[in-house]
Amino acid sequence: MTAGLGSAVLALAFLIAVFAAVAALIGRDGNRRWIDISRRALYGLFALLTLCVVIIEIAFASDDFSFNIVQQHSSIETPTFYKLAAMWSSQEGSLLLWAWVLSIASSLALYATRNKLREIVPYATAVMAGIAAFFTGLMLFAGGVNPFAKLSPAPLDGIGLNPLLQHPSMMIHPPMLYSGYVAFTIPFAFAIGALITRRLDAAWIRSTRRFALIAWAFLGFGLLLGARWSYTELGWGGYWAWDPVENAALMPWLMGTAFLHSIMVQEKRGMLKVWNACLIVATFSLALLGTFLVRSGVLQSIHAFGDSTVGPYILGLIAVVLVGSTGLIVSRLDDLRSEKRIDSLASRESVFLVNNLLLVALVVAIFWGTFFPLISELFTGDKSSLAAPWFDRYTTPLAIVLVLFTGIGPLLAWRRVSWDSAKRVFLVPAIVGALAGLGLALFTDAGGKPWALALFAFAAFALTGLAQEFWRGAAARRSLHGGTMPASLVAVVARNRRRYGGYIVHAGIAVLLIGIAASSSFQTKQDVRLRPGQSAVVDGYTVTYVRPTAKVDKLAFTAGAALRIEKDGKSFLLHPTRRFYRPTGVEGGTISNYFAGESDSEIGLRAGFLRDFWTALQPSIVGIQRHARAADKGFEACVSGAPGTPPQCRAVSQLMRAAAANPSLRPTALAQIESLQVATAQRIAQGYLSEDAIATFRVIVNPLVTWIWIGGLISLAGALIAIWPARGARRRPAADTELEALKEAKYREIRDAELDHAAGKLSDEDFALLDAELRKEAVEILDAEQPAEPV
Amino acid sequence: MDPSRKRKIRLVVALSVAVLLAVALVYTSFSASSEAKEPSQLIGVSSGGSYEVTGRVVKRSVRHHGEGISFRVADRENAAQSIPVTYTGTIPDPFRGGREIVLAGTMKHGVFVGERDTLVTKCPSKFTTNSSDE
Repeated sequence: MTAGLGSAVLALAFLIAVFAAVAALIGRDGNRRWIDISRRALYGLFALLTLCVVIIEIAFASDDFSFNIVQQHSSIETPTFYKLAAMWSSQEGSLLLWAWVLSIASSLALYATRNKLREIVPYATAVMAGIAAFFTGLMLFAGGVNPFAKLSPAPLDGIGLNPLLQHPSMMIHPPMLYSGYVAFTIPFAFAIGALITRRLDAAWIRSTRRFALIAWAFLGFGLLLGARWSYTELGWGGYWAWDPVENAALMPWLMGTAFLHSIMVQEKRGMLKVWNACLIVATFSLALLGTFLVRSGVLQSIHAFGDSTVGPYILGLIAVVLVGSTGLIVSRLDDLRSEKRIDSLASRESVFLVNNLLLVALVVAIFWGTFFPLISELFTGDKSSLAAPWFDRYTTPLAIVLVLFTGIGPLLAWRRVSWDSAKRVFLVPAIVGALAGLGLALFTDAGGKPWALALFAFAAFALTGLAQEFWRGAAARRSLHGGTMPASLVAVVARNRRRYGGYIVHAGIAVLLIGIAASSSFQTKQDVRLRPGQSAVVDGYTVTYVRPTAKVDKLAFTAGAALRIEKDGKSFLLHPTRRFYRPTGVEGGTISNYFAGESDSEIGLRAGFLRDFWTALQPSIVGIQRHARAADKGFEACVSGAPGTPPQCRAVSQLMRAAAANPSLRPTALAQIESLQVATAQRIAQGYLSEDAIATFRVIVNPLVTWIWIGGLISLAGALIAIWPARGARRRPAADTELEALKEAKYREIRDAELDHAAGKLSDEDFALLDAELRKEAVEILDAEQPAEPV
Repeated sequence: MDPSRKRKIRLVVALSVAVLLAVALVYTSFSASSEAKEPSQLIGVSSGGSYEVTGRVVKRSVRHHGEGISFRVADRENAAQSIPVTYTGTIPDPFRGGREIVLAGTMKHGVFVGERDTLVTKCPSKFTTNSSDE
């Protein structure tokens, strides 16, 4: 019944999305009524899709296996938390998630702009509603991806969720990535609106900047969670493999990073308009491409989620987006001319431009490598693929230069910087960076790895420069307002969230890249084969296989090992295990079934700030399999009641015969058999423990890897600070109108310049010049206010 | 120097860098890539070559030896076309019969010898129940 309701609600959602798009287009010439109606229709879409999600979640929570999606991705024994998160492990569920998140983001965006951007909003609404209609329509009409598809008769149990995916970070990872992909729709939609209406000043950027930042933060956090999952769950020990689907999420993130920087140049200087329009179109297309790659199976990837029916449709949407947007940008080139020119190469805007080019080059290289199998097939007829070393060759130098620029950018002021002020701000960071490089080259083995060494030196430069920025900002505030240094620091950050949030992101990225460089250049990875009692030495650590462990329960057979790690008289224990899951959804079965299902690793990890000690176990299961096969035979003989079998066997075989005739006895018989299976498996486990079987251990000593996660979290915190609205803006409803927003922005720019001057980044002359320019621009805005636009 | 000339120079420099990057990408990618083959394309190849084989592990063909494993890998679409494979190194958690894999290596006497630690097993988002294998 509820499935039918769900289908109906979904169909209604599709209709309302189409209606919203049409209503917005009717209201495009400023008809308030229709614009209001289209906005409310999108709120309605949000309500309907929320209802769809709720229905699906209830079905999962209540084990309603008449829902195909529930039967395929959950089971009675699946833990509740994973039941609730299993929706997006399916294709149809993730499409629903896409549409739902889009309805949330567009409702928020339309609420925030309800009194602003009168001309742009109708077109932006139409774009957002159109994309929502596309995804809801896909679920309804593409075939095989309706989340409300039913099974009749309803099975008694489901297949269950792949145990590999039963990991907390794996459950948050997909919605984070999807939210990131989806939130980029908002700036894209407003960019299209701005292009159509030729309102190409920075107004659309001011209204959607926060969404771009949210998208960027979500996507980044999703990537971080995926890396963490790979590191702790896959028994492989790496966090990044240049897998096509990883690349698919990284590319829009990098492009979004470029966009977030270059829109500041348009906001402050009215430049780079074509570039910004191209960047957001590229970012959104890459986000769609990410959705497509995960689901299409076009490229060989670890994330091959089966054959998909929606791939061609998404590809079609990407084509429409690319062709339509490009045509639109080309037809608006005259309106996209810059209002100003770059004053000087030594300015923040020119550094941003360089950073943009580097990021785009990075995306181009990754894109080429990712799609190389298709490209080579086109030219040579052979699908050839590129491995990680090829990617590293391009991404390493580009990442190193980018780190340098994360340090340079914040040290430069907008418009122009005189030699004197540059000397003042660059002196200390440059010295620290050089000393760090020199020290590491002389006193550590970093000297042998020039790339890593360069990265460490540049990161030291960047981090010092950023620390100096915080210090100078706080000192400037203190000299003006008094108070303690920590209080001034908090105040200056709170009053300039965007600036200092951004600096914190930079610091986090520098830290993260230090972690990546150190762990990839200086890790020791070794596979050792040990019998219980034996030891091996890895990177100065003595690794002793103390004893095997084994555990059997209804779900899985778990083989484990106790490892003692010793160095310099200190020792600790690690317990890597490998679980062999019984296939679920199969009734009865054999003993060897225990070893036929999925298996996964629980790694033994000792994480530390200096290094991680990482171990995974690969037990030799040759002996176990031999025992299991023998047990299978014995078991068959037992249940067939062959002569010479123990008395309890005869009881079971009698019960089975009775059950064959009388179905009501089936559950009892199955329970009997299962307990017999578990008992047998337990005996096999005993055998495994006593046979001293050899086991293979992968041991990795990974320096500084923890800083990848710490750096990622620092960046996330910085992004949150930058996203959070300033205290004044929350109280004051003034910024609701476009003109107020413009005034606010100019006022902020003046304040920024004052801060830069007070912090010593701008010399007195530079500041006098800049301040005069800014005040003149502010007066122009105020003059323009006279023939006020209708409010 | 007048500003328009300066801009032109900048544009030329930027474009040349872009062209250089493009040429480097094209050149290195064609020389560094390894040919992806399906098992059926390797049947009859006796020795040599550097390939990346993609296909499906034949069910019930996986055998564990002391240090490594051996199995047969077949075309994705056609299970009848298969070649024997030997491999030592890390075995990804999802590896088992019936799964799709990608493996780099070379041919030796009609057997595909996998390169250490290059075995990639596709991660299925779904359980497959009845493809039990040893």
